[in-house]
Amino acid sequence: MNIVVCLKQVPGTTKVRIDPQTNTLVRAGIENIVNPFDTYALEEGVRIKERCGGKVTAISMGPPQAEEVLREAISLGADEAVLLSDSAFAGSDTWATAYTLAKAVDKLNQYDLVICGRQTLDGDTGQVGPELAEMLGIPFVAYVSKVEEITDKSIRVRRMIEEGYEVVEMPFPAVITVVKEINVPRLPSLRGLAKARSVVIPVWTAEDLGADKNMVGLSGSATRVIKIFFPQRVCQSEILNGDVTSQVDNLINKLKEAKLV
Amino acid sequence: MGIQIDLDKCVGCGNCVPACPFGLLELVDDKVQVKEGCTLCGACQQACEYEAIIIEDVAEPVTVSDSHRGVWVFAEQRGGKVKSVAYELLSKGRQLADTLGTELCAVCFGHNISEVEQLTAYGADKVYLVDNPALAHFQEDLYVTKFVELIQQYKPEVVIAGATALGRSFIPRVAAILNTGLTADCTGLEIDNERRLLLQTRPTFGGNLMATIICQAKRPQMSTVRPRVFKKSTPDKGRTGQIIKVDFNREAITSRTRLLDFVEDLTERVKLEDADIIVSGGRGLGKPENFGLIEELAKLMGAALGSSRPPVDEGWIPYSHQVGQTGKTVCPRLYIACGISGAVQHLAGMQTSDIIVAINDDPNAPIFEVATYGIVGDLFQVVPMMIDKLKSE
Amino acid sequence: MEYFLTEQQKTIRGLARRIAEERVLPVRAALDEKEEFPWDIVTDLADADMFRVFLPEEYEGLGGGCLDLCLVIEELSRVCSGVALTYAASALGSLPLLGYGTENQKQKYLPDIASGKKLAAFALTEATAGSDASAIKTTAQREGEGYVLNGTKQFITNGGEAEIYTVIALTNKERGARGASAFLVEKDTPGFSFGKKERKMGIRASSTRELVFRNCLVPKENMIGKEGMGFIMTMKILDRSRPGIGAQAVGLGQGALEAAVAYAQQRVQFGHPVIALPAVQNMLADMAIQVEAARALVYTVARTIDSGARSFTEESAMAKVFASDMAMKVTTDAVQVFGGAGYMKDYPVEKMMRDAKIMQIYEGTNEVLRTAIAIELRKRKAMRE
Repeated sequence: MNIVVCLKQVPGTTKVRIDPQTNTLVRAGIENIVNPFDTYALEEGVRIKERCGGKVTAISMGPPQAEEVLREAISLGADEAVLLSDSAFAGSDTWATAYTLAKAVDKLNQYDLVICGRQTLDGDTGQVGPELAEMLGIPFVAYVSKVEEITDKSIRVRRMIEEGYEVVEMPFPAVITVVKEINVPRLPSLRGLAKARSVVIPVWTAEDLGADKNMVGLSGSATRVIKIFFPQRVCQSEILNGDVTSQVDNLINKLKEAKLV
Repeated sequence: MGIQIDLDKCVGCGNCVPACPFGLLELVDDKVQVKEGCTLCGACQQACEYEAIIIEDVAEPVTVSDSHRGVWVFAEQRGGKVKSVAYELLSKGRQLADTLGTELCAVCFGHNISEVEQLTAYGADKVYLVDNPALAHFQEDLYVTKFVELIQQYKPEVVIAGATALGRSFIPRVAAILNTGLTADCTGLEIDNERRLLLQTRPTFGGNLMATIICQAKRPQMSTVRPRVFKKSTPDKGRTGQIIKVDFNREAITSRTRLLDFVEDLTERVKLEDADIIVSGGRGLGKPENFGLIEELAKLMGAALGSSRPPVDEGWIPYSHQVGQTGKTVCPRLYIACGISGAVQHLAGMQTSDIIVAINDDPNAPIFEVATYGIVGDLFQVVPMMIDKLKSE
Repeated sequence: MEYFLTEQQKTIRGLARRIAEERVLPVRAALDEKEEFPWDIVTDLADADMFRVFLPEEYEGLGGGCLDLCLVIEELSRVCSGVALTYAASALGSLPLLGYGTENQKQKYLPDIASGKKLAAFALTEATAGSDASAIKTTAQREGEGYVLNGTKQFITNGGEAEIYTVIALTNKERGARGASAFLVEKDTPGFSFGKKERKMGIRASSTRELVFRNCLVPKENMIGKEGMGFIMTMKILDRSRPGIGAQAVGLGQGALEAAVAYAQQRVQFGHPVIALPAVQNMLADMAIQVEAARALVYTVARTIDSGARSFTEESAMAKVFASDMAMKVTTDAVQVFGGAGYMKDYPVEKMMRDAKIMQIYEGTNEVLRTAIAIELRKRKAMRE
């Protein structure tokens, strides 16, 4: 079984706040981590490898420091890793990211299963997985909460939906995105950590991938961010007066404004 | 193209460094440098008082075809019943279509779908109805292929769908095939009429930051929207529209996935620590059975169930639900405390929640000191009324 | 404080801390309450290669030494001393094999210990023989191609859970100091059974049981070292394992100190956090000094052992005595800093105080060890080189 796991390095804190004096945002701490959902993806990949034999290759698209994420993947059981890094990739939206990853997966040549986390902490769109599947031209199931069975030709999984779950089967090669309910990620092992320190991780550029420069990075992105701002923050403390009906009405309205109901 | 620092204007004050959400700016030899990965969001530009940061727009050939017109809503159904989110999106879609001066269409896939006229009642001018037994349940390839076919045939300029498990599964694939832009989980949709652009606003960084996104050149502009973000308008039963039955040729499409089973499972899945919304009960509930009321409210809101210490000690609810110094520490977007006095040990576990709502009949209860919104009243009146109000929406 | 650890040692310590915080912390109160053996954590430690840390590479270990082992024990103990002891006692149980086993014996048993597949235990203590090890009564009678063991061991850590036991038994009472030998006995050997599990004041996650030998036949290949080496071997391996107990005490003291400081920072009385009170500040400062001093002593002794020193009885005893006395005082003071809340099981420090006591008692009571140190002082008239 050849398994490819896609990982992303994301900022460690998603807590951003506004500096009241300059009215700009301030991020506390610039520490980077592996996108938490991707650790579940990697764990599932390693478990499948342990069950069926084969190899797990971890890939990540990012700046040079994203290599840390790949070394972490090796310490957790990935056999090999590749970093996709090129200034041309900067500013990619999900389409361009999926395109770049697809090029890399193609280049790896032999693969049965591609596993992604459900979404990232910073972008949290959840779009790269399905778009990647489309570009590779292979079937895809999202929100997998359990891998029920694997043969050498097909995979049967549970897809988590709002009302429960569906059992879906598809042939290899295929892509799945996974949710946290699927497993409990392991801790690294000492031998894994030692291997992670010494392993050589190749870096592939746009040229190595044979990528069309118009399809990667900002050029390849159909969508653009034009503005960043703070959501309305409720800071005050308020006792809602009146009779029960008006208190409840008032409360529900306020919660609606905050998009919580 | 891209971001540049005007080194003559940069004084090395460093105000821009903490302003970058991605931590990509650093001071080197008293001048700012930008690391790889910049998305040109402009947050640093806002922070710079010296106009030293220049962001140039990508020189995009704006080849928007005039032939793309119309706002489409993918109306998701399950078991023959159209989901509420479809009506919410049609309500919003109607506004968008009116601003653009174009038509609103609903697209519905399924089998034996009831009350199709509701779609027009909520504002659709046309309904493309694809009714076929093969489409009764969600099958990726069938949905993807047919939707792409319809979009390529009728060329809408905007397509929106619910950000449900189904929507978030197949809409990205549609966008990938059409090589167009998709923005997920939008909480705001507006129109820039001059450029016929959909302004898509969504939360990032776990909801701590909002971003507005456009899809400048490609069409259609696609968005998914979470349920309950937009309000349903009042349906106009008198409103008429065209119901267009679309053929579906099952044989022409290869479906690579097979749906084998569906298992209904509505047990509490939202984990306390991960929940966006928590509804908690305290000693004020009086009896273990009364937790049922709190549970009902929680279920309605898609919230996790919490508790202060006394009910746990009394055995009314398992320890796994306990919030507080000797229980779990939580930080949800909304924490509703019912019949909880707000002892210091409980506050320690939840006071950093974004919005705290307190319901307690004691006006001096310490919980009101940390509550964003407080209701001094009888929870056995307030909570049922909240439940009724939410159900009726 | 900087201890100039190697990269490998820092990695080991970091991973041990993660295991302690992510896997042990959520369950330590329950393990303590139910006196449950932490099998899940043993699995986690095994998966992380923690049991390989101090074993040589030729037996599938990672080639580390006493300090590496101490780092793991310290990090585990910071969260739960019972879990730490389970790990440490398995290491102790493998020391006889490591130091005195034949190549065959090492190849046969050490890899399973390294992988965490099997736990080990060391069995010396009996009802009549605590500090007075020579008073053991368990016998090993030569019979045919083996030895028959008869007797009962008491208070054996990992008893009933381990698969590999090193048992010290009398092979020839007449020979006095050379009267005992060490035997490797596997669980499920006919004639080898377990007595009741002890109910303890502290370190309740650790299993402590009697070992009962009734005509238990053990092949002669299972004797570790030569006949008659039992007591000497015991002395020597305990010298090696005492820094580990020192590390257990250091970790416990560290955990108690951190809990006390955190509590004092948020407990408000008289309008201020209690950490603002000089009485509390003095206590915390003394606690911190004692923990650090113990740590420095334990690490130094561990390094001495790792450097290949031949004899370190005195140093090893000092590390254990100082650290365990420190842990008893620091945990007691931690409860004091917490005030009334510290006495309640909802808060972690009362468990820490209960856990500390045993460290002044086992692996050589602090009284016996003080005697040993005094003997050394007399010998060299307390002079240093």
